[in-house]
Amino acid sequence: MKSKKTKHGQTILAYIVLIFLTFLCLFFFYILIVNSTRSHADLQKGFSAIPGTYFLENLKNVANDGSFPMFRGIINSLIVSGSSAALCTYFSALTAYGLYAYDFKAKKAAFTFIMAILVMPTQVTAMGFLRLITNMGMYDSLLPLIIPSIASPAVFYFMYSYLQSSLPLSLVEAARIDGSGEFKTFNRIVLPIMKPAIAVQAIFTFVGSWNNYFVPALVIQSKDKMTVPILIATLRGADYMNFDMGKIYMMITVAIVPIIIVYLLLSKYIIAGVTLGGVKE
Amino acid sequence: MKKRAVAVLLAAVTAAGLLAGCGGKGAENGPGSTEEGKVINIYSWNDEFRTRLEAVYPEVESTSDDGTVTTLKDGTEIHWIINPNQDGVYQQKLDEALMGQVDAAPDDKVDIFLSETDYVYKYTDAEADVAMPLEDLGIDPETDLADQYEFTKTTASDENGVQRGSTWQCCPGLLVYRRDIAKDVFGTDDPAAVGEKVKDWDTLKTTAEELKAKGYYTFSSYADTFRLYGNSISEPWVAVGDTTIKVDQKIMDWISDSKEWLDAGYLDKNVKGQWNDDWNKAMSSSSKVFAFLLPAWGIDFTLNPNWDGGDGAWAVTNPPQEYNWGGSYIHACTGTDNPEHVKDIILSLTADKDNLLKISKDYLDFTNTVSGMQEAAESDEYASDFLGGQNPYQYYAPVAENIEIAPLSSYDQGCVELIQNSFSDYFQGNVDFDRAKSNFETAIKERYPDITEIQWPE
Amino acid sequence: MKKKRKSISYAKWGYLFILPFFICFLIFSLIPLIDTIRYSFYEYYRSGIKEIGPNFIGMDNYVSLLGSDMLKYAGNTLILWIIGFIPQIVIALLLANWFTDIRLKIKGKQFFKVVIYLPNLIMASAFAMLFFAMFSTNGPINSILTSIGLISEPIDFLGSVFGTRSLIGLMNFLMWFGNTTIMLMAAIMGISQDIFEACELDGCTSVKRFFYITLPLIRPILAYTLITSIIGGLQMFDVPQILTNGQGNPDRTSMTLIMFLNSHLKSRNYGMAGALSVYLFIVSAILCFFVYKMTNGNSSDAYGKISKKKAKRGR
Repeated sequence: MKSKKTKHGQTILAYIVLIFLTFLCLFFFYILIVNSTRSHADLQKGFSAIPGTYFLENLKNVANDGSFPMFRGIINSLIVSGSSAALCTYFSALTAYGLYAYDFKAKKAAFTFIMAILVMPTQVTAMGFLRLITNMGMYDSLLPLIIPSIASPAVFYFMYSYLQSSLPLSLVEAARIDGSGEFKTFNRIVLPIMKPAIAVQAIFTFVGSWNNYFVPALVIQSKDKMTVPILIATLRGADYMNFDMGKIYMMITVAIVPIIIVYLLLSKYIIAGVTLGGVKE
Repeated sequence: MKKRAVAVLLAAVTAAGLLAGCGGKGAENGPGSTEEGKVINIYSWNDEFRTRLEAVYPEVESTSDDGTVTTLKDGTEIHWIINPNQDGVYQQKLDEALMGQVDAAPDDKVDIFLSETDYVYKYTDAEADVAMPLEDLGIDPETDLADQYEFTKTTASDENGVQRGSTWQCCPGLLVYRRDIAKDVFGTDDPAAVGEKVKDWDTLKTTAEELKAKGYYTFSSYADTFRLYGNSISEPWVAVGDTTIKVDQKIMDWISDSKEWLDAGYLDKNVKGQWNDDWNKAMSSSSKVFAFLLPAWGIDFTLNPNWDGGDGAWAVTNPPQEYNWGGSYIHACTGTDNPEHVKDIILSLTADKDNLLKISKDYLDFTNTVSGMQEAAESDEYASDFLGGQNPYQYYAPVAENIEIAPLSSYDQGCVELIQNSFSDYFQGNVDFDRAKSNFETAIKERYPDITEIQWPE
Repeated sequence: MKKKRKSISYAKWGYLFILPFFICFLIFSLIPLIDTIRYSFYEYYRSGIKEIGPNFIGMDNYVSLLGSDMLKYAGNTLILWIIGFIPQIVIALLLANWFTDIRLKIKGKQFFKVVIYLPNLIMASAFAMLFFAMFSTNGPINSILTSIGLISEPIDFLGSVFGTRSLIGLMNFLMWFGNTTIMLMAAIMGISQDIFEACELDGCTSVKRFFYITLPLIRPILAYTLITSIIGGLQMFDVPQILTNGQGNPDRTSMTLIMFLNSHLKSRNYGMAGALSVYLFIVSAILCFFVYKMTNGNSSDAYGKISKKKAKRGR
C-alpha cells in the first residue's frame, strides 16, 4: 500500500517536471515560428503571441532570393550530414569492434591514443586543415566535410562502451564455429546488436554536421556548394541590404524543419530499438 | 592645409615614378591586346555591386539566375565570389586569394575586389601592393575622376597619396528626426528650424535638455554619435610603420560626452550599440527616440524598413558635424589578367555622371559626382516619399563637400569596434574608467599582435 | 592455450578494422595538429595582409600566455560549464530513471522524449541569436514580465554578470539535457530486466534501486557523458560568442578559452593560437584521464556479471 502511494506521488511529480520542461523547450520554438509568420514591420511593434499572416510571404522571400540558393543548400546539407552520419557510425562501430573483440599487440596503445585525441578541440587544427585540403585539391568541395567524420573519437568511445555492456564475446566465438567470416560476423551479427547505439549516434552526428558552421565556412566557396548554416550567416550578417528579421526567422525555421523531420522518423526507431534491445538469435 | 600640400606633392612624385615604371607593363597588356583573360573574378560581400554593374555597365549581356556569373557582350564572364562580412569571413577569403594570386592560373586570379571604408586602408597599403594604382590601369585620377568628391579619393589612396581604388557611392551622413516629436517639443518640424537646434554640439545639448523635459531621448545609443567624433580625429590610430596606438583626444571626448549624455538621460540606456534588436525597435513608432545620424543607405535600408508607420513621419536636416559613414571601394587587383575590362568597369561605374545619376535614381545611393549631386539637390525628381516629399540631396550635397576624412590606418576596423565595446561596460556602470581602458588594451593587442603600446591623451 | 592461439590468428582482423579510422585521423587531424604544435614555437601572424614570421622564438608564446588573462578565462569557462552541467545531469538522471521505471505509468513518454531533445536540433548560433533578441531590454521576455506585473521596469539581463552567465547556463542546459537523457536511457535499458525483477522481489524502493543498482551499472555511459560534457564545456564557443558579440561582456566575465583562441585565430596569430591550443590539449587530457580512472577503476566486476548473464540469455 505504502509503496503504491509513493509511486503515485512520484508519477505526479514526474508529470509536473515534464510539463515544465516541455514548456521551456517548446516556448522558444513557438516564438521562433510565430516570429517567422510576421513581417519585419510587425516584429518592430513588439512581441505578440498570435501568429501573423506573413508566413507565405516570408517563405517566398527566402525561396526566391536569387542570391540565396536555399533548396540547393538544404540538399547539400542533407548530403553532407547523411553521409557523415553513415560513415561515422559505421566506421566507429568497426573500430570499436576491432579493439573490443580482437587481441593484438598495438591494441592498448591504439585505445589510449584514441582516448587522448578525444579531447582535442576541433578549432585547434582548423588552419592546418585548410592548408592541407587546399594542397590535396579538395578546397571548395563537400568531401572534406564528410570524410574526416570516419575518425570520430567520441563516437568510437560510445560504441566501445556499448559493446562492453552489450556484446558477449561468446557470441562472436559461436559465429566463428558456424564458419562465419570475420567481416561477415561484424556486418551480420554485431551491427544489428549495435543498432540502438548506432541510431543514437547517427542522430547526434547528423545534427552536429547539419549545424556545423566553422569548418564549412572555411572550406566552401561557391554558392552551389553552400550548406544551410553558411546561408544563414549570409542572411544575418550585419548587411543592411538583407535586413529583414521576418526573413531571418523564416530561414532559421526552414533550417531546422528538415532536421526535425529526420529526428521524428528516427526517434521512433531508436526507442523501439532500445526497448527491444538485447541479443537476437 | 600644409599637410594636404605635402600629400599632393608626394602623390605627384610617386605618380611620376609609377608612370615611368609602368611603361613596360603597359606594352605587354596594352590596348587592343588580345591577351585579356576570359574570366573576371570579382570578390565582394553582397550583390550590391553586381546590381549596380548590371544597371549601368553597357557591356553586360546577361546574368545567370543564381547570380554567380555575368556574361559580357564580348563573351567574357564575370564570376562573382561573394562571402559574408559576418565574422570577418569576407576578408579572410579575400586574403587567402590575394596571397595565392601569384601562383593562380590566369582565369583564377582575382581581378577586382571591393573593400569598405573601415578596412580600405588594409588593402591600399603601398607595401602590400595588392590594389593596383589607378594610374597603372591608365586612369588618371586628376582628370578622369575630377568630378568625384575629394575625400573619397583620399580614402582610397595609400600613405603616399597614390589612389588605388575608386567608389561609385559616397556616404555623407545627416540627422534624421521624427516630425511628430519635433512638433511636440519645438512647435515646428521645419528642417531649417530643427537644423538650427542641432547645428553644433553645444546647441544640441541645450536641445537635448528640452527633449528630455518632454520625455524624449535625443539619440538612441552612444554608438550613434561615434562616427562624428571618429571622423574628426587629427592623427591616425596608428602611424605608418609604428606599433603604438594613439587614442585621439576626440575619442576621449566621445567617451566623456557619451557618459555624460547617458547619465543625463539624453540617450536610451536600454539600447546598447547598433545593429541589434533594441536599436531596430528604437526606430519604430513606439520609441521615444527623436533622431538618428544616418547616411543615405541608412535611411533607405535601415530606418525605412524598421519604421512601422506611414510615409512622411521623418525628415532630414544638417548634422551637428559633417561625417561620412560607409562606402564600398572598387579595387583593381595586382596581377589581374583583364586590365582593360577592369579599367572600363571602374570608369563606367565611378566616373560616368549619367551612370551615377541612374544609380542614385534606381538604388538611392548618394553617388560620387559633385556636379551630378548638385543637380539632384535642385531637382524635384529626387524627392523622397519616405521623407514626406523632402529632397534629402539638398542636405547631403553640402555635407559631402565639407567632409574631411580622418587620417586612416590599417588598424581602424579593430580600434573602432573594440573601443566601443570596451567602453560600453563603462557607460553602463559595470566597470570604472581605468578598467575599461585596460580592457581595450587587452582586446586590441589580441586583435593586432604587432601592437606594443597604447597611448592615451592626458 | 586455446585462447592464445585464437588471438594470434585473428590479430590481423583487429588491425584491419581499425585501419580506416587511423588513416583518416592521420591525414585530417594529425598533420594539421603537428602544424599547430610546430607553430606554437614561432612568432607567426598577419599584420594587415602582410605575413610576419615564422620566426622561431622558443617558449615565448607560452610564457606570454601565462602572463595574460588566460587563467581568468579558464575560470570563466569552468563556471559557465558547471552552471550548465549540474542541472543537466541531475534532470537527465531523474528523467531517464522515470522513463525507464515500468512502475511509473507515465503516458506520452514518446512525446516528452521527442520534445526534450528538440532544443539540441537548433543551431547553437541561431539559438543564441534567438535568446539575444528575447532577453534584450525591449524584448518579449521583458514585455511579458512587465505586463503580468512581476517587474516595473525592464531587467537588463545581458548587462550584468549574473544575468549573462545564467542565460548561457540555461541555454547549455536546454540544449543538452535531452541529449543526455536519451543517452542515459539507452544505458539503463541495456541493464538486464532480471536484475530489476530480483530487486523488486527483495522489496527495494525506487530510491534505493536507483542509487544501488542503476547508477553503478550505467557508470560507463555516465563517464562518457561526463567526458563529452567536459570536452564540450572546454570548447564552449558559439553561445557566449554570439550572446556577447565575441567580447565576453560585461567586463570579459563570459569570455571562454575558445573565444580567446578564436580572437587569436581571427587576428591570424598562428603562433599564439598554437600555444593556447597546446595548453588546452594538455588540460583536457589531464581532466579526462582523471575522470576515466575514477569511473572505470572498479566496475569491471559489474560488467562481467552482465556480460555473463546476457550470454546466458543469448540462447
